[in-house]
Amino acid sequence: MRSRESPHPVSTWLLLLAATACSLVIGEALVVPLGRYAGAVVIAIAFLKVRWVGLDFMELRRAPRPLRRMFEAWSLLICATLIVLYLT
Amino acid sequence: MLVAGDLLIFSMFFIVLLSYRNQEAALFAVSQRSLDQRYGAFNTLLMLSSSLCVALGMKGIRQPGGPSPRTRLYFMSAAVLGVGFVIVKSFEWAARIAMGQTINSNDFFMFYFMYTGIHLLHVLVGLAVLTVLCVVGGRERVEPGTVRLAEAGGIYWHLVDLLWIILFALLYLLK
Repeated sequence: MRSRESPHPVSTWLLLLAATACSLVIGEALVVPLGRYAGAVVIAIAFLKVRWVGLDFMELRRAPRPLRRMFEAWSLLICATLIVLYLT
Repeated sequence: MLVAGDLLIFSMFFIVLLSYRNQEAALFAVSQRSLDQRYGAFNTLLMLSSSLCVALGMKGIRQPGGPSPRTRLYFMSAAVLGVGFVIVKSFEWAARIAMGQTINSNDFFMFYFMYTGIHLLHVLVGLAVLTVLCVVGGRERVEPGTVRLAEAGGIYWHLVDLLWIILFALLYLLK
Protein backbone atom coordinates (compact mmCIF):
# COMPACT_ATOMS: atom_id res chain seq x y z
CA MET A 1 0.00 0.00 0.00
CA ARG A 2 1.39 3.41 -0.94
CA SER A 3 2.16 5.71 1.94
CA ARG A 4 0.13 8.94 2.15
CA GLU A 5 2.49 10.52 4.63
CA SER A 6 5.32 12.59 3.22
CA PRO A 7 8.70 12.63 4.92
CA HIS A 8 9.86 15.90 6.45
CA PRO A 9 10.71 18.41 3.68
CA VAL A 10 14.35 18.52 4.80
CA SER A 11 14.64 14.74 4.24
CA THR A 12 13.23 15.16 0.74
CA TRP A 13 15.67 18.01 0.07
CA LEU A 14 18.63 15.89 1.19
CA LEU A 15 17.50 13.06 -1.11
CA LEU A 16 17.18 15.54 -3.98
CA LEU A 17 20.69 16.87 -3.36
CA ALA A 18 22.10 13.34 -3.21
CA ALA A 19 20.34 12.42 -6.46
CA THR A 20 21.69 15.59 -8.11
CA ALA A 21 25.22 14.70 -6.99
CA CYS A 22 24.78 11.15 -8.35
CA SER A 23 23.62 12.40 -11.72
CA LEU A 24 26.57 14.83 -11.92
CA VAL A 25 28.98 11.96 -11.24
CA ILE A 26 27.24 9.61 -13.66
CA GLY A 27 27.03 12.29 -16.35
CA GLU A 28 30.75 12.99 -16.11
CA ALA A 29 32.77 10.13 -14.64
CA LEU A 30 30.73 7.13 -15.79
CA VAL A 31 30.12 8.10 -19.41
CA VAL A 32 33.00 5.93 -20.63
CA PRO A 33 32.08 2.70 -18.81
CA LEU A 34 28.32 3.14 -19.27
CA GLY A 35 28.34 4.71 -22.71
CA ARG A 36 24.95 6.00 -23.83
CA TYR A 37 23.31 4.28 -20.87
CA ALA A 38 24.82 6.96 -18.63
CA GLY A 39 22.43 9.44 -20.24
CA ALA A 40 19.50 7.10 -19.72
CA VAL A 41 20.39 6.83 -16.04
CA VAL A 42 20.68 10.63 -15.81
CA ILE A 43 17.15 11.01 -17.26
CA ALA A 44 15.80 8.35 -14.88
CA ILE A 45 17.36 10.09 -11.87
CA ALA A 46 15.87 13.42 -13.03
CA PHE A 47 12.40 11.90 -13.04
CA LEU A 48 12.98 10.30 -9.67
CA LYS A 49 13.66 13.83 -8.44
CA VAL A 50 10.55 15.05 -10.28
CA ARG A 51 8.53 12.37 -8.46
CA TRP A 52 9.88 13.42 -5.06
CA VAL A 53 9.11 17.09 -5.78
CA GLY A 54 5.61 16.16 -6.90
CA LEU A 55 4.74 13.71 -4.15
CA ASP A 56 6.43 15.46 -1.21
CA PHE A 57 6.90 19.17 -1.94
CA MET A 58 3.68 19.48 -3.98
CA GLU A 59 2.09 17.05 -1.50
CA LEU A 60 0.48 14.88 -4.16
CA ARG A 61 0.98 11.98 -1.77
CA ARG A 62 -1.97 13.39 0.20
CA ALA A 63 -3.95 14.48 -2.86
CA PRO A 64 -6.94 12.53 -4.25
CA ARG A 65 -5.65 9.28 -5.72
CA PRO A 66 -6.69 10.03 -9.35
CA LEU A 67 -4.55 13.20 -9.28
CA ARG A 68 -1.58 11.35 -7.84
CA ARG A 69 -1.99 8.55 -10.39
CA MET A 70 -2.12 11.05 -13.27
CA PHE A 71 1.07 12.68 -12.09
CA GLU A 72 2.87 9.36 -11.66
CA ALA A 73 1.62 8.16 -15.06
CA TRP A 74 2.79 11.38 -16.72
CA SER A 75 6.21 11.11 -15.04
CA LEU A 76 6.65 7.51 -16.14
CA LEU A 77 5.44 8.15 -19.69
CA ILE A 78 7.65 11.19 -20.31
CA CYS A 79 10.65 9.56 -18.63
CA ALA A 80 10.28 6.45 -20.79
CA THR A 81 9.72 8.51 -23.96
CA LEU A 82 12.80 10.62 -23.34
CA ILE A 83 14.96 7.58 -22.54
CA VAL A 84 13.83 5.81 -25.74
CA LEU A 85 14.44 8.97 -27.77
CA TYR A 86 17.89 9.39 -26.23
CA LEU A 87 18.94 5.79 -26.83
CA THR A 88 17.75 5.55 -30.44
CA MET B 1 -5.17 23.00 -14.62
CA LEU B 2 -2.48 25.65 -15.20
CA VAL B 3 0.12 23.28 -13.78
CA ALA B 4 -1.10 20.40 -15.95
CA GLY B 5 -1.10 22.59 -19.05
CA ASP B 6 2.40 23.82 -18.35
CA LEU B 7 3.63 20.28 -17.79
CA LEU B 8 2.14 19.19 -21.12
CA ILE B 9 3.69 22.09 -23.00
CA PHE B 10 7.10 21.52 -21.47
CA SER B 11 6.77 17.79 -22.17
CA MET B 12 6.47 18.71 -25.84
CA PHE B 13 9.54 20.95 -25.47
CA PHE B 14 11.56 18.09 -23.98
CA ILE B 15 10.51 15.63 -26.69
CA VAL B 16 11.30 18.13 -29.47
CA LEU B 17 14.73 18.83 -27.92
CA LEU B 18 15.72 15.16 -27.86
CA SER B 19 14.30 14.61 -31.36
CA TYR B 20 16.50 17.40 -32.73
CA ARG B 21 19.39 16.04 -30.70
CA ASN B 22 19.07 12.70 -32.49
CA GLN B 23 19.38 14.42 -35.85
CA GLU B 24 22.43 16.49 -34.89
CA ALA B 25 24.03 14.39 -32.15
CA ALA B 26 27.61 15.53 -32.79
CA LEU B 27 26.68 19.23 -32.89
CA PHE B 28 24.65 18.94 -29.70
CA ALA B 29 27.44 17.05 -27.94
CA VAL B 30 30.08 19.64 -28.85
CA SER B 31 27.85 22.60 -27.97
CA GLN B 32 26.73 21.01 -24.71
CA ARG B 33 30.35 20.49 -23.64
CA SER B 34 30.87 24.25 -23.79
CA LEU B 35 28.24 24.80 -21.09
CA ASP B 36 29.67 25.31 -17.62
CA GLN B 37 27.97 22.67 -15.47
CA ARG B 38 28.83 24.61 -12.33
CA TYR B 39 26.24 27.25 -13.24
CA GLY B 40 23.63 24.58 -13.82
CA ALA B 41 24.52 22.64 -10.68
CA PHE B 42 24.53 25.76 -8.50
CA ASN B 43 21.19 26.85 -9.94
CA THR B 44 19.82 23.40 -9.16
CA LEU B 45 20.97 23.81 -5.56
CA LEU B 46 19.27 27.22 -5.40
CA MET B 47 16.02 25.92 -6.88
CA LEU B 48 15.83 22.84 -4.66
CA SER B 49 16.60 24.90 -1.57
CA SER B 50 14.01 27.48 -2.56
CA SER B 51 11.41 24.73 -2.93
CA LEU B 52 12.36 23.42 0.51
CA CYS B 53 11.76 26.88 1.99
CA VAL B 54 8.34 27.06 0.32
CA ALA B 55 7.43 23.60 1.64
CA LEU B 56 8.45 24.66 5.16
CA GLY B 57 6.57 27.94 4.77
CA MET B 58 3.41 26.13 3.71
CA LYS B 59 3.57 23.99 6.85
CA GLY B 60 3.60 27.22 8.81
CA ILE B 61 0.61 28.65 6.94
CA ARG B 62 -1.42 25.53 7.69
CA GLN B 63 -0.51 25.08 11.34
CA PRO B 64 -3.48 25.46 13.75
CA GLY B 65 -2.22 28.58 15.52
CA GLY B 66 -1.59 30.44 12.29
CA PRO B 67 1.77 31.41 10.80
CA SER B 68 4.75 31.86 13.08
CA PRO B 69 7.51 34.47 12.53
CA ARG B 70 9.52 31.73 10.82
CA THR B 71 6.81 31.24 8.18
CA ARG B 72 7.44 34.62 6.60
CA LEU B 73 11.20 34.05 6.91
CA TYR B 74 10.89 30.80 4.94
CA PHE B 75 9.05 32.52 2.09
CA MET B 76 11.51 35.41 2.09
CA SER B 77 14.38 32.94 1.94
CA ALA B 78 12.68 31.19 -0.96
CA ALA B 79 12.42 34.53 -2.77
CA VAL B 80 16.06 35.41 -2.11
CA LEU B 81 17.14 32.03 -3.47
CA GLY B 82 14.91 32.61 -6.49
CA VAL B 83 16.54 35.98 -7.12
CA GLY B 84 19.89 34.20 -6.79
CA PHE B 85 18.80 31.83 -9.55
CA VAL B 86 17.99 34.78 -11.83
CA ILE B 87 21.36 36.41 -11.11
CA VAL B 88 23.32 33.21 -11.77
CA LYS B 89 21.37 32.62 -14.98
CA SER B 90 22.15 36.20 -16.10
CA PHE B 91 25.87 35.66 -15.49
CA GLU B 92 25.71 32.36 -17.34
CA TRP B 93 23.99 33.88 -20.36
CA ALA B 94 26.48 36.77 -20.36
CA ALA B 95 29.34 34.27 -20.37
CA ARG B 96 27.82 32.37 -23.30
CA ILE B 97 27.19 35.56 -25.28
CA ALA B 98 30.73 36.79 -24.57
CA MET B 99 31.96 33.57 -26.20
CA GLY B 100 29.87 34.30 -29.26
CA GLN B 101 27.19 31.73 -28.44
CA THR B 102 23.71 33.15 -29.00
CA ILE B 103 20.23 31.92 -29.81
CA ASN B 104 21.17 32.08 -33.50
CA SER B 105 24.44 30.12 -33.21
CA ASN B 106 23.03 26.65 -33.81
CA ASP B 107 20.08 24.44 -32.88
CA PHE B 108 21.51 23.47 -29.47
CA PHE B 109 21.92 27.09 -28.40
CA MET B 110 18.53 27.97 -29.87
CA PHE B 111 16.99 25.38 -27.53
CA TYR B 112 19.27 26.36 -24.65
CA PHE B 113 18.38 30.07 -24.73
CA MET B 114 14.73 29.52 -25.63
CA TYR B 115 13.98 26.90 -22.99
CA THR B 116 15.99 28.49 -20.19
CA GLY B 117 14.45 31.83 -21.21
CA ILE B 118 10.90 30.52 -20.97
CA HIS B 119 11.80 28.90 -17.66
CA LEU B 120 13.25 32.20 -16.46
CA LEU B 121 9.94 33.93 -17.25
CA HIS B 122 8.25 31.32 -15.06
CA VAL B 123 10.78 32.13 -12.30
CA LEU B 124 9.98 35.85 -12.55
CA VAL B 125 6.25 35.14 -12.26
CA GLY B 126 7.10 32.83 -9.38
CA LEU B 127 8.95 35.62 -7.59
CA ALA B 128 5.75 37.69 -7.70
CA VAL B 129 3.88 34.70 -6.26
CA LEU B 130 6.50 34.35 -3.51
CA THR B 131 6.07 38.04 -2.67
CA VAL B 132 2.36 37.38 -2.06
CA LEU B 133 3.25 34.32 0.03
CA CYS B 134 5.56 36.50 2.14
CA VAL B 135 2.61 38.82 2.86
CA VAL B 136 0.29 35.91 3.70
CA GLY B 137 3.00 34.30 5.82
CA GLY B 138 3.32 37.48 7.85
CA ARG B 139 -0.32 37.41 9.02
CA GLU B 140 -1.40 36.17 12.43
CA ARG B 141 -4.28 34.18 11.01
CA VAL B 142 -4.93 32.86 7.52
CA GLU B 143 -8.49 32.16 6.34
CA PRO B 144 -9.12 28.75 4.71
CA GLY B 145 -9.72 30.35 1.32
CA THR B 146 -6.38 32.16 1.54
CA VAL B 147 -4.67 28.93 2.59
CA ARG B 148 -5.90 27.30 -0.61
CA LEU B 149 -4.65 30.24 -2.69
CA ALA B 150 -1.31 30.05 -0.92
CA GLU B 151 -1.16 26.32 -1.66
CA ALA B 152 -1.73 27.06 -5.33
CA GLY B 153 1.11 29.57 -5.22
CA GLY B 154 3.39 27.06 -3.53
CA ILE B 155 2.55 24.40 -6.10
CA TYR B 156 3.40 26.84 -8.90
CA TRP B 157 6.85 27.42 -7.42
CA HIS B 158 7.45 23.68 -7.05
CA LEU B 159 6.45 23.31 -10.71
CA VAL B 160 9.16 25.84 -11.64
CA ASP B 161 11.63 23.73 -9.65
CA LEU B 162 10.41 20.51 -11.28
CA LEU B 163 10.82 21.93 -14.78
CA TRP B 164 14.37 23.07 -13.98
CA ILE B 165 15.27 19.57 -12.72
CA ILE B 166 14.43 18.16 -16.17
CA LEU B 167 16.01 21.05 -18.09
CA PHE B 168 19.23 20.67 -16.10
CA ALA B 169 19.42 16.99 -16.97
CA LEU B 170 18.61 17.40 -20.67
CA LEU B 171 20.70 20.50 -21.39
CA TYR B 172 23.69 20.09 -19.04
CA LEU B 173 24.13 16.43 -18.20
CA LEU B 174 23.33 14.37 -21.30
CA LYS B 175 26.42 13.58 -23.34
